[in-house]
Amino acid sequence: MSVATHDDAHAHDHHDHGPAKGFMRWVTTTNHKDIGTLYLITGLIMFFVGGAMALVIRAELFEPGLQYVDPHFFNQMTTLHALIMVFGAVMPAFAGLANWMIPMMIGAPDMALPRMNNWSFWLLPFSFVMLASTLFMDGGAAAAGWTLYPPLVLQTGNALPFTVFTVHMLGMSSIMAAINIIVTVFNMRAPGMTMMKLPLFVWTWVITAFLLIAVMPVFAGAVTMLLTDKFFGTSFFNAAGGGDPVLYQHLFWFFGHPEVYILILPSFGIISSIIPTFSRKPLFGYASMVYATSAIGLLSFIVWAHHQYTVGMPLAGELYFTYATMLIAVPTGVKVFNWLATMWKGAMTFETPMLFAIAFVVLFTMGGFTGLMMSISPADLQYHDTYFIVAHFHYVLVPGAVFALFAATYYWLPKWTGHMYDERLGQLHFWLTTISVNICFFPQHFVGLAGMPRRIPDYAVQFAEFNAMSSVGAFVFGFSQLIFAYVIYKAIQGGEKATSEVWEGAEAHGLEWHLSSPPPYHSWTVAPEKEIISDLH
Amino acid sequence: MENKELQKANARLVWRIVAIAVLMFGFGFAIAPYYDAVCSFFGISGRVKEASVEQALKVDASREIAVEFVTVVNGQMPLRFRAETSKLKVNPGQYYTVNFYAENTSDKKLVGRAVPSISPAWLSSFLKKAECFCFTEQEFEPHKERKMPVRFVIDPAVQADTKEMTLSYTFFDITEKSQTIKN
Repeated sequence: MSVATHDDAHAHDHHDHGPAKGFMRWVTTTNHKDIGTLYLITGLIMFFVGGAMALVIRAELFEPGLQYVDPHFFNQMTTLHALIMVFGAVMPAFAGLANWMIPMMIGAPDMALPRMNNWSFWLLPFSFVMLASTLFMDGGAAAAGWTLYPPLVLQTGNALPFTVFTVHMLGMSSIMAAINIIVTVFNMRAPGMTMMKLPLFVWTWVITAFLLIAVMPVFAGAVTMLLTDKFFGTSFFNAAGGGDPVLYQHLFWFFGHPEVYILILPSFGIISSIIPTFSRKPLFGYASMVYATSAIGLLSFIVWAHHQYTVGMPLAGELYFTYATMLIAVPTGVKVFNWLATMWKGAMTFETPMLFAIAFVVLFTMGGFTGLMMSISPADLQYHDTYFIVAHFHYVLVPGAVFALFAATYYWLPKWTGHMYDERLGQLHFWLTTISVNICFFPQHFVGLAGMPRRIPDYAVQFAEFNAMSSVGAFVFGFSQLIFAYVIYKAIQGGEKATSEVWEGAEAHGLEWHLSSPPPYHSWTVAPEKEIISDLH
Repeated sequence: MENKELQKANARLVWRIVAIAVLMFGFGFAIAPYYDAVCSFFGISGRVKEASVEQALKVDASREIAVEFVTVVNGQMPLRFRAETSKLKVNPGQYYTVNFYAENTSDKKLVGRAVPSISPAWLSSFLKKAECFCFTEQEFEPHKERKMPVRFVIDPAVQADTKEMTLSYTFFDITEKSQTIKN
């Protein structure tokens, strides 16, 4: 707080002109907060675009038989829904949070590489326009699922090269964002902000950034091979020429498994920030949280083939991947128990961010348990490619990653805008979302276990009731998100003034609460005092 | 840290991370030959492409293994492909010849490549082929049938409880591909 006023007083001495005016401000900005905002808005827009596609899928599945869309379009919807939600909604939203929060949390004025930051954001709108344009091309958009498995994906029409280039551009964008985050955290920390003092959100993002740098290039390579197989006569995945489509699956999942942790580790960081604040206690087991996150990051590289049990694998391979996968439950369990221990005997209050955080812990853990079920290779033969897996990954991604993003938005929105959000609407959003997400995804466990295959627009009549239920849940969930968008809009427009601390006792939990709300355009032009940092817990 | 110094440190770190990213891109491509090597080592995924020299093995007449033959044509290739028998009982160590027939049902010349697969996969290394049409490209004149013999033996070292195995061939149409190479 004191630092913020200090900063205001010196504003004229600095070469701070504040933001430029008009549209060009957003095009040319190198400011971490502006870029963070752009990322977050992009994430929100793509969340609605991907969500609309999900509703097309759920409308078609409301009843057995074919009603609204033809199967090929249905498959395009499942493919684009996944690609957009993963690369367009969740990843940009996390990158937006990183841009906004990391400099504020580590006591830096801005990100280390502001120009690259601008570039890494502005690649996104172009790639998403390109991806969306494939819907209107000859042969339609890619329809082989987000995994883009050959040989099926090679039957895509003109959309294939555009889809591949989209992946290349998204990959470049993520790698640049990751470079920026690592360099910022390694080189820009305020004096006294040691690595083991970093807030967990920063830690989880550093590990996520390393995962991105290690696996995005592998995915870029794999899709490049798809491209050369299709247009330049290579045979990486073409059995006729001595290649093997299973090689693609190995490459894809070598990327894909760390990728799912890229989607969840920053959530762990967010939850680890929110639960201590609303429990009014320091985070339980900080060091073990850091080690557990690192362990999850490392383990993510050695378990990829558990996505391919049904493809055929030597027995030793099945055993190895089963045990290695189960091992991941240990560090994840450490985290869940640490969150519970943080809440234990805390003076808890239940504002919207905390509600979402608690729902995250419960529902993410459920998704984790179904993951454990599928790690067992003989059992997985039954679950593979059914709605059980759909239920599993939606439980870890929607009440997991997306709930963490909701929680983060409510938690930091007063800091960003300087206004408190509407708590009543926030709670309404929470309850509608939490109830509907379970109505939507819980029945999918049952139809999956009973054998309903995923990625099929029609199904046997015995699945009708559960599917109808699921579709109702999906529509309620989808439309509830309009409340979320409205709450954000309302808080930007005005409302009760937020203090710099925002949440009672938050100052003890992070440097961001020592800056004014909204914070100055350049966060910590003067490094925070060492006492403030040493008092954090 | 001084501004200049910080910029230098940042640049150093950036290039290190970029190097990791470039290496990982290369790693993706390096996986392809490595994957081939692993598959040939274990003889899985149809990677056995070379003829083994016919050698005198000790015939184990006390054991019989049923070998099933499966023929598949990939995609729309106009080929009628079959084996003379669907099942053969064999003694380990004894050489057998099974004829496969493929008829080109179209008016155009076809070039195909057959990819073998043995199931269960762990028995792959025990089935040795002295002669097989899967080693090379096969040409089919229009509306002509060709006889293609496969000569194989099952290594007597195969596990004692082995009762049956399946040898399957899938024909892929590479007519276009082989023409582009020739032109």
